[in-house]
Formats: sequence, C-alpha cells, structure tokens
Amino acid sequence: MNAVERPAVAAPPALAGLRRIDPKYIPLAATISLFVAIAGAGSLFYDGFFAPQVFLNLLIDNAFLSIIAVGMTFVILTGGIDLSVGSVLALTTMVSATLVQRHGASPALVIPLVLALGALFGLAQGFLVQRFRLQPFIVTLAGMFLARGLCYLISTESISINDPLYTAIAQARVPLGGDASLSVGAIIALLVVAGGVWLAHATQFGRTVYAIGGSESSAVLMGLPVGSTLIRVYGLSGFCSALAGVVTTFYMLSGYSLHAVGIELDAIAAVVIGGTLLRGGVGYVVGTLFGVLILGIIQTLIVFDGTLSSWWTRIAIGALLLLFCLLQRLFERKRRT
Amino acid sequence: MAAPSQESLFARLTAHTLFWPAATLLLLLVVSAVVSPGFLRIGWFEGHLSGSLIDVLNRAAPLMLVSIGMTLVIAVRGLDISVGAVVAISAAVAALLIGGSISTGDAAQVSRFPLGIAVGGALVVAALCGLWNGLLVVKAGMQPIIATLILMVAGRGIAQLITDGQILTIYYSPYFFIGNGFLFGLPFALFIALLTAVAIHVVLTHTALGLFIRSIGINPVAAHVAGVRARLITICLYVFCSFTAGLAALIISSNVKSADGNNAGQLMELDAILAVTLGGTSLAGGRFSLAGTIIGALVIQTLTSMIYSMGVPPEVNLVVKALLVFAVMLLQSPEFRATMRRLAFRGEPGPAA
Repeated sequence: MNAVERPAVAAPPALAGLRRIDPKYIPLAATISLFVAIAGAGSLFYDGFFAPQVFLNLLIDNAFLSIIAVGMTFVILTGGIDLSVGSVLALTTMVSATLVQRHGASPALVIPLVLALGALFGLAQGFLVQRFRLQPFIVTLAGMFLARGLCYLISTESISINDPLYTAIAQARVPLGGDASLSVGAIIALLVVAGGVWLAHATQFGRTVYAIGGSESSAVLMGLPVGSTLIRVYGLSGFCSALAGVVTTFYMLSGYSLHAVGIELDAIAAVVIGGTLLRGGVGYVVGTLFGVLILGIIQTLIVFDGTLSSWWTRIAIGALLLLFCLLQRLFERKRRT
Repeated sequence: MAAPSQESLFARLTAHTLFWPAATLLLLLVVSAVVSPGFLRIGWFEGHLSGSLIDVLNRAAPLMLVSIGMTLVIAVRGLDISVGAVVAISAAVAALLIGGSISTGDAAQVSRFPLGIAVGGALVVAALCGLWNGLLVVKAGMQPIIATLILMVAGRGIAQLITDGQILTIYYSPYFFIGNGFLFGLPFALFIALLTAVAIHVVLTHTALGLFIRSIGINPVAAHVAGVRARLITICLYVFCSFTAGLAALIISSNVKSADGNNAGQLMELDAILAVTLGGTSLAGGRFSLAGTIIGALVIQTLTSMIYSMGVPPEVNLVVKALLVFAVMLLQSPEFRATMRRLAFRGEPGPAA
C-alpha cells in the first residue's frame, strides 16, 4: 500500500515540478493544500472524520452552492458580480413547487421551464449591465430584490413537494463501493463543475471571458464578441442559479421563499478562496470547487467538535476570506514589481 | 417673451440635482394621501406630534444616518456593505454593557455600566469596525466591496458571539429614550439624524474637506499628486460610515428594546445604497448630495409605510423597491437616455432638428 502511494521514483520530478510551478497556479495550489490540511487536521483530532462518506457528504450538502459558485466564477472572471443568485434559486424552488403541487404540472415540463426562466432572468440583467453600462453590483442587487419579492408574491409559506418523481430523485443514491454513495444533486454539481472547466478552457466563450477580465477594451480591439459574451455570462449565472434551485428542490423537497438567504456571500467567498481574482481575468473553476469544499469542511469540523457554536462558521469564513484576499494582494504586488 | 424664460426656469428646475429625488418623494406622498386619507394627518398625542408622517420620520432616522455615512464613502469611489453587520455588533455591545435581566428585580432602573459608557462603548466599537474596513481598503489595497464583505460575513458571527447566540433584551428604561423618546414634540431619533447631517454639512462646506472628497472621487491619483491626503481622508470616511451605523444601532436597539445578532440591521446596507442612489449620488464617485440622500431615505421609508397602509401584503415592498431601483438606474444612465431620445425622435421628426 505504502509503496503504491509514494513511489520512490516519482518524488524527484514532483519536487522539481514544485520548484518550476507556474506562479499563476500558486493560489490554486494554496487552496487545495489548505483543504488537504484541514481534512488532515480533522482526521487527526476527531474519530470517524476520515471516512469516505464524510467527504462525499461535503458534495451532497453543498451541491447547490457549488453549482451557483461555478456560475459566479464566470461572472467574477469578467470583473463583474452577481448578487441575485440566492433569490433566483429561491424563486426557482417556489415556481417549481407551485406548478407541481398546486397546478399538477409534470416535472418533465417544469424543470426545463424554470431553467429557461433562470437563464432569461440572468440574460436580462446582463443586458442592463452591458447595454446601458450599469454597475453589475446595483443591477444584480435590484434583481435580488425582484426575485425575492416575486417569491413572497407566490407564497410566504413553505410549499412541500410530494410528487413521485421528485421524491424518487431525492431518495436515489448512486453507490460508489462500500457504504459510500452520492446523491443525484451532487452528481449534477460535479457535472456542472466539469462543464465549467470545459467552458472556461476549451471554448471561445471561455477565452473571451478571460480576455474581458484582463482588459475589456483590449478584448474589444481584438475583435472578440465582448458585448454578447458579457450578456451570456450573466445568463449562465442565472441558469446555474436555477439549476441549483432544482437541485435544492431535490434536496429539501420544498419550495420556500427563504431558501438560500445570503448564499451569494458564500458563493463569492468560495470563489475568492478558490483563488479567483475579483478584478477579473485570473482564476479557475476547479479552485471554486475547492473553495466550496473548504467552506463545507469548516462546517463539518464545527459539527464534529460539538462544543463550538454555529456562529464560529461565519467568523472562520470571514477570517479565511481575509487571509486569501491578503494573499491575492501579495501576489499581485509581486507580479507588478 | 414669457415662454422661453418659463421654459428655461422649468429646464433649470429639472436639471437641479434634487429635482428627481424630491419629485419622487412628493409623488409618493400624494399617492399615499390618496390611498389612505389619514396619511397626512398630524395630531397631538401625549405631548408630542403623532401620525403616519411622524412615524415615517422616526423610522427613517436610522436609515438616514447610515446613508449619510455611505454617501461619503461612495463619494470617494468606495462602498461599505458591512454597515448592517456593524449595526448588529454595536447593538450587541450596547445591550451587553447595559446588561441586567428581569430577575434582578428593579431592572428598569439598573444598568451594569452608566448609560454614557454603554452608548460610548457601542460607538467606539463601531468606529473600530470602520477603521478595520478603512485599513483593508487603503493599506491592503483591497476592492471596497470585498474588504467590507469580510466584516459583513464575519460581523454577524461576532455579534452572535457577543450575545452568546441569544437575543439580548434591554430592560433599562432611560435607554429607550434614544429610539422612542420625543423632544419638542418630534422623535428624538430624528434629531440625532438631522444633527449629524447638519454637522457633516457644515464641516464639508466650511472646510476644504468637501472639495478634497470630490477631488478624490473624481481622480484619486490626481488628488494625491495635488497634495490631498487621500489615504487618510478615505480611512476617516470609513470610520465615519461605521460610526453612523453605530448611531443607527443605538436607535434600532432602543426602539425594539433588544439586540438580535442575527437580524438587527438585516439588509440595511442595501437600503442605504439604494437611498444614496435615489438621492442622485453617482456610484462612480466624485458627485454626491447629502440632502439628496436624506430625501432618498425618506422615499424608501414612505414607500414602505405606504405599502403597509395600502393593506397589500408587505412582501410587495421588495418588488416595488426593485422596480424603483431599475427605473432610477436607467434614468441615471447616459446610454439609456440616448437610446430613449433616439426612439422618441424617430417617432416624431421635426422639432428636434
């Protein structure tokens, strides 16, 4: 076992590789090492922490956050921000629950419909940002109010879903050998992350997103489709929020206007901790996934400890955010000099 | 002869920065008066003025305070999204310093520390929060949204740490005067807000500070080269913004007689930014209007009260607010106005040429 894990031959190239590591991967490496360090510390201090299911639960419980954070990564890569994600998620759960429960609509129709609505909502915000040069912060803030308000208009009560397809998906577990298993939501989240990586690094859309974040005017001069890409980025974020809403309905089996309040902050924190620069232009979707996992593992640690109160989660996330922002500034300064 | 001068008067009026905010407020008041006839009635009740309008003024006071601080931060191209969390922290500190519980007998007259120390402590903690924000923005060079996001995320945790996760109830009756008392027939909270506004207005107009703030907002580098101590001023403005949040926390916690680490000042940062935008302050920095901000805060509170008095579910409030922000944003956008002008003139050719 040990020999397989640490082959003697592989060590020198790995070390050499560490020395020659491209500086642009350092934030990503820092994020991943931090996750490994926290996981290691947790396994040392708490019994039963180092179990496959504990780590899979990170994915299951944070599936909707990872999906939202992938969309947010693209928005932040262009130098923008999307505060409406949590409300769009809640609106999606409300619309799905109402249509399925109160109007007896088929889930096969409802799910594509809410995904389209989310994308449309995002596209509209992107249009306002791009066409009228409005600040993304304010546009998506208004979008956040609007979506949350629409939720309340539908109903202030929680609507539970007992449609057979939804309950079947909610209970379905994909076995991964042993006792370990993943939920459908977690698998969707992993697919979204994979799709995000593909979109960012293998498509014209992704390259344009990075170019806009680097310098919008240069991107325009290069003849890239800056305008339409900006609008589509917000559309993508809206779509991801709606998809996260669908996953939430699988997870919670309800629609509620107070679902995911304040999740936009968690998503932004995850993206920043994942090594994406808020100025735009630098960052990786994979980093975002680890950002989400770090937020999740802190929560798990606090649950395992049992003596720490829940508010330590907020303080720990704030401290991590501070640490990573300061690191980012350090790297930026080094690169400039 | 008379027509052109009248037209130019109208044009001058609409061009004034306060025209649109004031017109919005007036329109809202008229609509409120129409939908609920008692809205504009002001009575005299137990030695003070009473009525919906007085209520609006009282409830708008915390938002006015925070928005005044926010205006100055936005004027130097900043943003402070941590004000809601600062409200929660300061309220928790004030409640902790007052202490006391119903079981200690005459709780209404007992305070752990004198009122001055409780109020002062809360304000000092608020100012320290501002110093933290200012240092992160200026010394560490972080983007304002992110620098203040840190305190926004951690702040509610800190507030809950102070209150130990409980909602601290305040029993000390002299403290209630801040948020519920009346002076000369008007709410005491309104005096705090207006005094702060007048004081900062005097400082801005009678010293070079106003000019410095505008110059930093228009071009920070040029201001620095011209010898303006841009970094120091920016830090001071973040401190002031948090300080106003501390004042708002005193009013809010005194008004509801408790400090709730989770919900005190919830979404306050968004309302404050909205009030500042409604008041005609440019989010790009450099152009700001304190009077506009106060009107903006009143617009938001009038809107909320109107929706309540109309009997429609208060949830509609958010949708209306959102539509209002969209409308104001679009009107402020030169690109949107150009598009509208093009559309309008395509429709009726002639007079434009």
